[in-house]
Amino acid sequence: MIKVLLFAHLKDALGKEEVSIDAAGLTIAAVKEKLAADFKLEGLDAVMAAVNEEFADEDTVVTDGDIVAFIPPVSGG
Amino acid sequence: MNFELSKKPIDIQSVIDKVVSRNAGAVTTFIGTVREMTKGKKTLFLIYDAYEAMAVKKLEQIGAEISERWPDANTAITHRTGKLEITDIAVVIAVSTPHRNDAYEANRYAIERIKEIVPIWKKEHWEDGEKWIGNQLETVEYPAGKPEKEDLDD
Repeated sequence: MIKVLLFAHLKDALGKEEVSIDAAGLTIAAVKEKLAADFKLEGLDAVMAAVNEEFADEDTVVTDGDIVAFIPPVSGG
Repeated sequence: MNFELSKKPIDIQSVIDKVVSRNAGAVTTFIGTVREMTKGKKTLFLIYDAYEAMAVKKLEQIGAEISERWPDANTAITHRTGKLEITDIAVVIAVSTPHRNDAYEANRYAIERIKEIVPIWKKEHWEDGEKWIGNQLETVEYPAGKPEKEDLDD
């Protein structure tokens, strides 16, 4: 299992910040597809991903126990 | 603890105190505040949300980048989270350097990098609705799904 963290509009769309999914061995791109299919989350294409608190590529493969965060364009400052 | 998020109002002086140095001839302080009017639309209040653990790491990365470019600089950044009213302080950046030009440049560098790589989001609340704001100028897109290498490492 991996832990998925969602923020901003994605968190509002899902109704919670965190969900565990069975996605070990998948790429970030595949995890996005799975989230879109399982939770009807839209707009993940334009969103960055971080694995264990570092930005990751679309082809990064996630492993069991990873924390995967989806990070919409930021607006701090 | 030069790089922090705070749920409480930021004490500006305490951020400045972190960069005081006998080698410094200049301290620049940037104070980001909540603006009421944006493109003719009136903001009532803001909510800042953050991926806290990663946000602190990315603030630390900005500090490390500044130290690479301006080796004698000391940097401290505190960013607020939670609900902020108009005129409230959202972020304080203090940079000290031996000479003033570097202090101005390094401080400017810090705020621009915050807007690129630190996972913090603001939700604007208006009289007629609310919205999570993406990057404010909408000049940055991530066709690869994440910032390009030059966005992250530069």
